[in-house]
Amino acid sequence: MPTKAVNTGAGPRLDVRKTYKLYVGGAFPRSESGRSYVVNDAKGKFLANVSKASRKDGRDAVVAARKAFGGWSARTAYNRGQILYRIAEVMEGRHEQFSAEVAASEGIAIAKARATVDAAIDRWVWYAGWADKLAQVVGSSNPVAGPYFDFSLPEATGVIAVLAPQDSSLLGLTSVVAPVIVSGNTAVVVTSYERPVPAVTLGEVMATSDLPGGVVNLLTGDASEIGPWLAAHMDVNGIDLTGVSDGDQVRELEVAAAENLKRVRRPADDDWSADPGTGRMTQFLETKTVWHPIGV
Amino acid sequence: MSFEYAPAPESRAIVDIKSSYGLFINGDFTESQDGKPFKTVSPASEEVLAEVTEAGPADVDKAVRAARRAYDRTWSKLSGRDRAKYLYRIARIVQERSRELAVLESLDNGKPIRESRDVDVPLVAAHFFYYAGWADKLEYAGFGPDPQPLGVAGQVIPWNFPLLMLAWKIAPALAAGNTVILKPAETTPLTALAFAEICQQADLPPGVVNIITGAGDTGRALVEHHGVDKVAFTGSTEVGRAIAKSVAGSNKKVTLELGGKAANVIFEDAPVDQAVEGIINGIFFNQGHVCCAGSRLLVQESVYDEVLARLKRRMSTLRVGDPLDKNTDIGAINSAMQLAKIRELSQIGEDEGAERWSPACELPEHGYWFPPTIFTGVSQAHRIAREEIFGPVLSVLTFRTPAEAVEKANNTPFGLSAGVWTEKGSRILWMANQLRAGVVWANTCNRFDPTSPFGGYKESGYGREGGRHGLEGYLAH
Repeated sequence: MPTKAVNTGAGPRLDVRKTYKLYVGGAFPRSESGRSYVVNDAKGKFLANVSKASRKDGRDAVVAARKAFGGWSARTAYNRGQILYRIAEVMEGRHEQFSAEVAASEGIAIAKARATVDAAIDRWVWYAGWADKLAQVVGSSNPVAGPYFDFSLPEATGVIAVLAPQDSSLLGLTSVVAPVIVSGNTAVVVTSYERPVPAVTLGEVMATSDLPGGVVNLLTGDASEIGPWLAAHMDVNGIDLTGVSDGDQVRELEVAAAENLKRVRRPADDDWSADPGTGRMTQFLETKTVWHPIGV
Repeated sequence: MSFEYAPAPESRAIVDIKSSYGLFINGDFTESQDGKPFKTVSPASEEVLAEVTEAGPADVDKAVRAARRAYDRTWSKLSGRDRAKYLYRIARIVQERSRELAVLESLDNGKPIRESRDVDVPLVAAHFFYYAGWADKLEYAGFGPDPQPLGVAGQVIPWNFPLLMLAWKIAPALAAGNTVILKPAETTPLTALAFAEICQQADLPPGVVNIITGAGDTGRALVEHHGVDKVAFTGSTEVGRAIAKSVAGSNKKVTLELGGKAANVIFEDAPVDQAVEGIINGIFFNQGHVCCAGSRLLVQESVYDEVLARLKRRMSTLRVGDPLDKNTDIGAINSAMQLAKIRELSQIGEDEGAERWSPACELPEHGYWFPPTIFTGVSQAHRIAREEIFGPVLSVLTFRTPAEAVEKANNTPFGLSAGVWTEKGSRILWMANQLRAGVVWANTCNRFDPTSPFGGYKESGYGREGGRHGLEGYLAH
């Protein structure tokens, strides 16, 4: 027999709390380690319990990203552009949720948070449009001195580890992830440690935007704990160190990354509101040059 | 059977090799401060050609300071148009001295004069012409409206294409407005020193180009020097990895062009004679001292017997010997050390169970020589199928389906180049898509051009040399 009366709808509704999980291979697992950590808002008030990804989660995410790479990079550029645009569309529908989370995470006024979410959505739209233009802008037909047709095309580098910015929880995150995947790379992302909640929501957006599972894997947790494992991972082809501020740590990660000659993006003073340029896309592109004789 | 040829040696009277060379720093050949002399020999005869200087740390520092001074005071203030004109001058002088440079290259490196004369030196001149034209057009190169040079570039190059690698490094660096310190390989310093004279002839401002000779320690001192803004290296993956580690945490920009283990894929519908020429060129060009050598032959099973028979017959006609003889196809192995490495890996190939074959071929008594060699019955696990041998040694494997060819071709940590031979156009483009390599040669092999970007995927390094892309590694944008 129930000891309490059932809610008749007269009193205040008990809210359904969310479990904040990782986003790996298109699914939302908890950390295999079973760990979670408390995330507070900018005023120190409890915001969420968030999964704390382990190195094993990092490795699982690399496996998922590698598995997704062949299919994602083989999609037509048009299709990748459509999917990135879809992410923007779905984000738009969750605008209020993102705004509240960004405001709480970053300790900014709701109006400013809304403007940040606007910028993040617009950035997805901007990058979406690059999908089918990159090859024309950075590729070339090469006028070699001989009877050959010779052309150069950009191709995705492979699996990219992204240590996302620690400060900018959504716009910064978007600005480092979108340029990596638009060209066909897949990403293993370690999100902001103190401000992971918008990233978790972004994962939910991705899961419902036709983005194939594994193309983006979001690990909430400590980049200084997982980063070294990703930097040293032999099946990771590139690493973006944007979220690392400690100089010694940058050097150590870069040394580890050299083992299989990962393409490394060093941290820089990024202004997330500025025009992003093409540098974050070209950082993780390879140029392939193809020769063929001309003749009858 | 082989044809009888009369000797047709190119005269070496055209080159004037000094008995000893200093370091080219700030526009002059200077005495070393803390280095020591070493000898460079002709690998074809072991004859000592000259004594050159192994630059010590103080020499490196002096060269970097000279380059910085030239950058600050002269080169960065010069208009693009004038930088272009210096590069055009250099290109013209290279053309005028082309015969001399070809002979010098063949003497010091051991490569056939046919190659140094028809491939290396013409490409050197073409490279300077090409990048000369970029110097005053950088704002159109797609790197923003006002791309800036990086500053001082430290460049380290290998011994397989000494002067050509110098051109690949120096031409784009100067066009973009940087000054350089270049270290040629210890076994092949002479054409770089001749290039120093060319810089003098062109009245290039002192310090814009500095040439310091030496071995690994000199290169390390250069790469690690804090006055260097940019490091460009061509050579082994092992050294490339060490460089990537040594510049970690710095602001130095790095481009690395490293090793390869390229697959050369022959489909059953390929024109066999052309394919065999491509296989020969792919692995025996420059004694196989080529990072993009087609050193793993993948033949479709249905044509394996025919391809192998014709390949062996063609190999029997290759002429190994005097690099200065115009009929020579395969010259000398560049050094005793490299010869030992080729021998060691070939022995390992036999020990691991692959079958070794070389045509009957008389090798000269002196110098460093290795006959053209193929291994059959090679599996993907064999070391000769995985490691870069950097010699005239070909590993032959087979495949049945295009998917298997791709799987095997990509089964390597390297990704510099690949070859495809088939008559079917759609298959060529499909293969070109699938192969994880920076250069794909379809129905051709080992072609190079200054307009054509070159460089690797994966552990073959990063950055591109050649073409518009080649400017990127020398510009801040």
